[in-house]
Amino acid sequence: MKLLTGNDLVSGDVVWWTGSGWSRHVAEATDVGDGGEAIARAEEGARRVNVPYLVDAVATADGPRPAHIKDRIRALGPTVRPDLTLKPADPAAGSWVI
Amino acid sequence: MYRYDQYDQAIVDARVEEFRDQVARRLSGALTEDQFKPLRLMNGLYLQLHAYMLRVAVPYGTLDSRQMRMLGHIARTYDRGYGHFTTRQNIQFNWIKLEDAPEILAELATVEMHAIQTSGNCIRNISSDQFAGAAADEVTDPRPWAELIRQWSTFHPEFTYLPRKFKIAVIASDTDRAAMRLHDIGIQLVKRDGRIGARVFAGGGMGRTPMIAPEIAEFVPAEELLSFLEACLRVYNRHGRRDNIYKARIKILIHDLGADEYRRQVEEEHVAVKALGLDPPLAELDRIAAMFGDPPFESVESPLVPNGDAAFAAWLDQNTSAHKHPGYRVVTISLKPIGGIPGDASADQIDLMADLAERYSFDELRVTHAQNIVLPHVAARDLFAVWSALRDAGLAEANLDLISDIIACPGLDYCSLANARSIPLAQKIATRFGANGRQQELGELKLKISGCINACGHHHAGHIGVLGVDRKGVENFQLLLGGSGAEDVSLARITGPGFSEDGVVDAIEKVTDLYLARREDGERFLDTYRRLGMEPFKEVIYG
Repeated sequence: MKLLTGNDLVSGDVVWWTGSGWSRHVAEATDVGDGGEAIARAEEGARRVNVPYLVDAVATADGPRPAHIKDRIRALGPTVRPDLTLKPADPAAGSWVI
Repeated sequence: MYRYDQYDQAIVDARVEEFRDQVARRLSGALTEDQFKPLRLMNGLYLQLHAYMLRVAVPYGTLDSRQMRMLGHIARTYDRGYGHFTTRQNIQFNWIKLEDAPEILAELATVEMHAIQTSGNCIRNISSDQFAGAAADEVTDPRPWAELIRQWSTFHPEFTYLPRKFKIAVIASDTDRAAMRLHDIGIQLVKRDGRIGARVFAGGGMGRTPMIAPEIAEFVPAEELLSFLEACLRVYNRHGRRDNIYKARIKILIHDLGADEYRRQVEEEHVAVKALGLDPPLAELDRIAAMFGDPPFESVESPLVPNGDAAFAAWLDQNTSAHKHPGYRVVTISLKPIGGIPGDASADQIDLMADLAERYSFDELRVTHAQNIVLPHVAARDLFAVWSALRDAGLAEANLDLISDIIACPGLDYCSLANARSIPLAQKIATRFGANGRQQELGELKLKISGCINACGHHHAGHIGVLGVDRKGVENFQLLLGGSGAEDVSLARITGPGFSEDGVVDAIEKVTDLYLARREDGERFLDTYRRLGMEPFKEVIYG
């Protein structure tokens, strides 16, 4: 599957395309198939995200898991600061990245 | 310390308002990201993995408690409670919101700070010896010269769009604490016949093509330094490769031209530039130097007394250095707690260091290129009080220049350019060697980690270096040996095939075990490596 991601223009937060908008949570991302580039152009033009781009991902029971470690780190947060990730209370969150 | 004059303050204030307008135009949609990106980069604002990152300049690594407290305030108010000190003696904030950036810059301007020229193809923050003004071995204080170069290079219209970024270091001792010869231009101030002048080196650097800068001039008189630098930059600006980003640094130009031909062109250019009257009168250097005068040291000598506390004694031995004035020591505060993140400091820790500087170090602090903080002028009688406060704040690790005093770039945990994570590896290495006296047994051993070929972690200059690479989507780590950024400068060599994260920690243990087995009296790891060569080390690693 393919996901569309970028950084929120104002906050810089990592965001994922859900089909109708942007979410900080990759679990809410949707497979954009072949339509990702058109969505990216439209959304960048609407000034909501910076540098949107497509990433490969694998569908899992817990939702999409980006194929590359860089995008998994983007999705969760820095592996060295669990307290600053999106799942600060989940001790197993780091294993999802690695 | 240097204090802004009306011109300094006016241009910084004007720049803040200009950027405020640019941000408003970006948020309104009047500017696209392609249009805005070069503008935000000129103000130190990057977009990294998780958020915008703001890199704030700390000129030649010097700041006072008022400025340090402002950094703590920004960490607490606009970021997530911490900052990251960098190898360019700057500080980075990792979680900045675009809409907050103008106000942050406005707050910085109130304490004579900014983020100008911390990015882009311009002359970056001038770096220097963190012991400047305190070192027992310097011929003069290099900071007035660094400040003069800062003023010359700030908004220099001819050098705002160089072929590539440009880094300058200034030192004034034979001991090089600033990796001077691994800069685009390295300057060593020397004294000849009673006059101060500059040895100038050009064309050094790390990155994907590491090079040691050759000497371009053996003595440039003080009154001609700026015109000489102008000539160096002009020749580079004229001939530097703008067609290929990987060949655009001055080191490639000088390598291709040859040092002799580059020197010839610079000398020819210098004759023309000198005639333009660009050099300031020496009185201007004197005016600046007057702001860097010695603080009112007391003349009473007080002995170094370890106080019976073993941890204090170890810190005293490892993290304090000789001072030019009797009765004082230079204190290096390690930002490398075992298992911690190299270079990170919380807002509370930043405030504490500011407090200690104000109370015990004549209001001065320095940021080191090794990502530590220096209190340059601490009276011996105050050392125990300083250490006690640092200990209570988790800042008293006694590991300066030991294997756990690791330079590490932010790596893949934060950086959009990185291929591998540097910080977790640094944590594992520090944890492996940081207990039971192992690192003390190894002695001086500078270990440096970069998460990609751009070498922000100075891996080429490590006695032991590690380079993280991406091997088919998996982190992999190459091991290098034999580098040095000091006066015995050398470039580290790759041992061979790379390792997993745990594998490279094991490999480091093997090479250090070999060092312990084969070292001769007084040899550091680097000395033993140079005596034995690479082969025995490869043998123990790869069998």
